[in-house]
Amino acid sequence: MENAKDFIAKRVAAELKDGDTVNLGIGIPTLVPAYLPDGVTVVLQSENGMVGAGPKPAAETAQPFHVTDAGGQPATIVPGGAFIDSTTSFSLIRGGHIDCTILGALEVDGEGNLANWIIPGKRVPGMGGAMDLVVGAKKVIVAMEHTAKGAPKILKKCRLPLTAVGCVNLIITEMAVMEVKPGGLWLKEYNPLFTLEEIKNATEAELIMSPDLRKMVV
Amino acid sequence: MAEFVTPAEAARLITEGASLMVGGFMGCGTGHRVIAELARLGTGGLTLICNDASKPGGPDGSDFYGVAKLIHNRQVKKLIASHVGLNPEVAQLMNEGAIEVTLIPQGSMAEMIRAGGAGLGGVLTPTGLGTIVEDAAHVHSVVEVDGRKYLLERSLRADFAVICGYYVDKAGNVWYKGTTRNFNPVMAMAADVVIAETEHVVEIGAIEPENVVTQGILVNYVAFDGGAL
Repeated sequence: MENAKDFIAKRVAAELKDGDTVNLGIGIPTLVPAYLPDGVTVVLQSENGMVGAGPKPAAETAQPFHVTDAGGQPATIVPGGAFIDSTTSFSLIRGGHIDCTILGALEVDGEGNLANWIIPGKRVPGMGGAMDLVVGAKKVIVAMEHTAKGAPKILKKCRLPLTAVGCVNLIITEMAVMEVKPGGLWLKEYNPLFTLEEIKNATEAELIMSPDLRKMVV
Repeated sequence: MAEFVTPAEAARLITEGASLMVGGFMGCGTGHRVIAELARLGTGGLTLICNDASKPGGPDGSDFYGVAKLIHNRQVKKLIASHVGLNPEVAQLMNEGAIEVTLIPQGSMAEMIRAGGAGLGGVLTPTGLGTIVEDAAHVHSVVEVDGRKYLLERSLRADFAVICGYYVDKAGNVWYKGTTRNFNPVMAMAADVVIAETEHVVEIGAIEPENVVTQGILVNYVAFDGGAL
């Protein structure tokens, strides 16, 4: 298999529809735009104040003091984009005007609970905009590696402090695509490089076999 | 009418132990000249209200970018922010017990500041429901309205705000460039004394009335040193 992160990003990209407004978290989600299918153009919203974020600028055209992304790095805006203040940005986010947010997780569980902002006593980076994003976006996709070096991240019940309750719709990893539905976590697709047994063993939450279970295609 | 001062004069207005809002997002849109002067003065015991703790190593070549200077100098007693993860000194100072940090979801923080400046007693938001945010001091209670639950977040104000425009006209009207806008317009409404740093001072009328973002009536001082970043 190619690099797991690119594989995940490619599969996530197939979830996006032409014209969707999308907010991307840090890490794997930032790889997604490179893999959008032909004919699919999305509008990237950046919570620091952009609708229509563009690609990374070349060093000589970067405006590090005036146009940056949510990580503080130089960014660009596409023609037709808009710069907005933080209350407008989060009105878009909280108000249901973002079609999809894609972000990583420390833990996610079968009830769609998400933990991705704090490891008490160890790492306290803060939630930033994550709590608002997962509460407000129409669709929440968790894009992450299936385990943390073998330790399950998809749990029966999150143990870390939550980012939000029951907010996750879809989990996409290098092993599988899982959908949170009433009753639990449904295995929709599996990567044929792994056996179902291997996927179950890497997942603490119970996986319900979807009747239309199929191979992951990227 | 806004009074025009130098960044050093502006920094001297900010008093020991004051609460201070600083606009900017990872330093983009921060009034860097006023903050650098405040760091030079060493005014301490501050309650800093800023989206984040910025970071070491700024694009201006500084060792500590924007509000990271104040944190590095231990001038900040209490920090209210949504994210501090890119400034490792915050975790270090927290472990030493040298700084108190309150983390607020970014959208809630923006609305709490907006409410503080808009004469509102608080904000109802679904963000943070069912999380440890529910127990934070900035949350008044969980409120049910028409069958839906919300956190009632308190409003937030400060003694001083340092905002940063690209153009400020001689009436104190502010226009922001690019993504520098972020928290600046709401903070300009939510502090007793508002200092607007600017990269350029322009004549009245140069910013068309339709394009004024922060109105000059909100600005007490314009801090300008004659040079662009």
